[in-house]
Amino acid sequence: MASSLRCFLRTGKNAVSALQRREFHRTLPVAVQVTVRDALNQAMDEELERDERVFLLGEEVAQYDGAYKVSRGLWKKYGDKRIIDTPITEMGFAGIAVGAAMAGLRPICEFMTFNFSMQAIDQVINSAAKTYYMSAGQQSVPIVFRGPNGASAGVAAQHSQCFAAWYGHCPGLKVVSPWSAEDAKGLLKSAIRDDNPVVFLENELMYGVPFEMSEESQSKDFTIPIGKAKVERQGNHITLVTHSRYVSHCLDAAAVLAKEGIECEVINLRTIRPLDVESIETSVMKTNHLVTVEGGWPQYGVGAEICARIMEGPAFNYLDAPVTRVTGVDIPMPYAKILEDNSVPQIKDVIFSVKKTLNV
Amino acid sequence: LKVIIRTLMVLLNHPDFILMPLYDGARVVVSRSFADFTPQASFDIKKCDVHRLEEGPPLKAELTREQGLQYYRIMQTVRRMELKADQLYKQKIIRGFCHLYDGQEACAAGIEAAINPSDHLITAYRAHGYTYTRGVSVKEILAELTGRKGGVAKGKGGSMHMYAPRFYGGNGIVGAQVPLGAGIALACQYQGNDQVCVTLYGDGAANQGQLFESFNMAALWKLPCIFICENNQYGMGTSMERASASTDYYKRGDFVPGIRVDGMDVLCVREATKFAADHCRSGKGPIIMELQTYRYHGHSMSDPGVSYRTREEIQEVRSKSDPISMLKERMLSNNMASIEEFKEIDVAIRKEVEDAAQFATSDPEPPLEELCNHIFHNNPPLEVRGTNPWVTLKSVS
Repeated sequence: MASSLRCFLRTGKNAVSALQRREFHRTLPVAVQVTVRDALNQAMDEELERDERVFLLGEEVAQYDGAYKVSRGLWKKYGDKRIIDTPITEMGFAGIAVGAAMAGLRPICEFMTFNFSMQAIDQVINSAAKTYYMSAGQQSVPIVFRGPNGASAGVAAQHSQCFAAWYGHCPGLKVVSPWSAEDAKGLLKSAIRDDNPVVFLENELMYGVPFEMSEESQSKDFTIPIGKAKVERQGNHITLVTHSRYVSHCLDAAAVLAKEGIECEVINLRTIRPLDVESIETSVMKTNHLVTVEGGWPQYGVGAEICARIMEGPAFNYLDAPVTRVTGVDIPMPYAKILEDNSVPQIKDVIFSVKKTLNV
Repeated sequence: LKVIIRTLMVLLNHPDFILMPLYDGARVVVSRSFADFTPQASFDIKKCDVHRLEEGPPLKAELTREQGLQYYRIMQTVRRMELKADQLYKQKIIRGFCHLYDGQEACAAGIEAAINPSDHLITAYRAHGYTYTRGVSVKEILAELTGRKGGVAKGKGGSMHMYAPRFYGGNGIVGAQVPLGAGIALACQYQGNDQVCVTLYGDGAANQGQLFESFNMAALWKLPCIFICENNQYGMGTSMERASASTDYYKRGDFVPGIRVDGMDVLCVREATKFAADHCRSGKGPIIMELQTYRYHGHSMSDPGVSYRTREEIQEVRSKSDPISMLKERMLSNNMASIEEFKEIDVAIRKEVEDAAQFATSDPEPPLEELCNHIFHNNPPLEVRGTNPWVTLKSVS
């Protein structure tokens, strides 16, 4: 064990195989640290290899290796046919991607950020989402729209909007919001294999964050089902429901609260639409308290939808307090750091809201 | 006498036998056989203006008797189908949007004659003609307009959302179909199947930004896309001069070559489309065709169509440039068919359309159980919220 550890420290990169070689008497589950960016890259690489109808198009995805380096190495491996750099014409290339999907291909259409998807939103909603229904099942649209969503750091109002509520509003779309590297890989693979339009909301601030990925998740057939939330942390006193980056905030808040004897159950939604209400209800019926946490604006948002659904379902009778929403501040995103920091939920806001909801 | 009687019986029973009345009421026996008709003729067609091309489509078109009758049949069917739709709309049996195609039949018929069934086509909302030429029956089209379960989209799409294999609708958002068409062409290129995509839009859509985005990418990547502007001179109620700084729609692609075509002549449309398809299939990239055509009806059934143009203008086009009359006269004056044959075809089409209308008015509406189906493809059944929390509906693929 000591020698393998030395080996690991020295070489670093062959750590995994070194560990495996040493432990010949039994097979340990081998986990690796993978950033969200690399997980997304792996997912696309594996799906491009698996199905020749899959291709990626978007601005700077090919020769630039991706604006955020998510598609690094793919153009070198797959070439011009499968990885396509587009001009800066969102409405045009999103429409082209939808048309290609209608004619039998399986495009991944990258928006450099989802803010730019507003230029193309007609193609996403009217051409992609609604077509299967309008054609009574004759014309399917197997497409993935992906890219970073929500606030970043210092990019100001036009580059910081969260679109979970906008896309989550529309029937015919599936809307996915991964948090961890495993989420990113498993859900993106599912999205690409799904025969329907999927809006895949990534988060730029999460791209560089490493997560431990189980051995199972390293398999080329590892997928995570769309539409199912995950309980990231068990707890009895209060349920925190969240998605994307704010799962980290909730887990951090839960760690702090645990020291005060408050045990939070943290649910990672993973999918915005279809919303896994059952998982939330099951948890609320156990904890009797609910706080939703999101980066988007409060009005008509994801948290608002969860409140409405809880009220309409069996969990309402188990609530000991009204549901609390923790959201972004209802303003366009400012630039100055102090202002920006105070425009999005912080860990202290989650802690505060939990205590208020529990009346402690 | 027996011989005479037998001959008369043979003549009377012959399919080409017609009794023709003369002016003074006397009847004369006349017999015509197929051998009398010209099997094929060559017609002069209008020269196409070209943009960024060395040469354009040929100046002559060959037409066989069979082709002529087929084009006539197709155009007349579309004409009668659209007029029937007009009637049903005025009876309030069709509701919502209804954009009629009468006057423009030569475009749909000519394009279909020049491409293969394996090629692809997408258009905007004035789509009934193309829905027919791409293979959907009159019955299924009218039943979709009347919103019945026998409609081509089971009553869920309506006038602007009809689909068929290799026919991608029917699109309601002006101009949105053009990037879609370029995408279909990309799929053809990607799959290396030598197919082309015909992508249609109107003079009104010709100013949309997404068209220029599509032209750019199609030209960059040499997509096998035939962009066709069906210029019927009016975008809803706005004439082309009032909407477009340049009305040379065949030139608007700038770096994309273009041809301007007489859209009222089915042969001109056919030859131009053949030329365009060859251009695309040879890997030269996209091409634009402007079809100069005309619609007799207003923009839609809620537009009488005479507030922004004169009745005289409409009448003049009807009398001088009607596509169906033009083809018929050409064939008659070249002895390629008889008036009676055309009459027979008309009668048969009238019946077909009548039967289709009968079906479209008697077929039941889609069952409420179908309401939430077809949200997702290849998906396990899901629950859909109804209008209130106690109503949970089921959706299957």
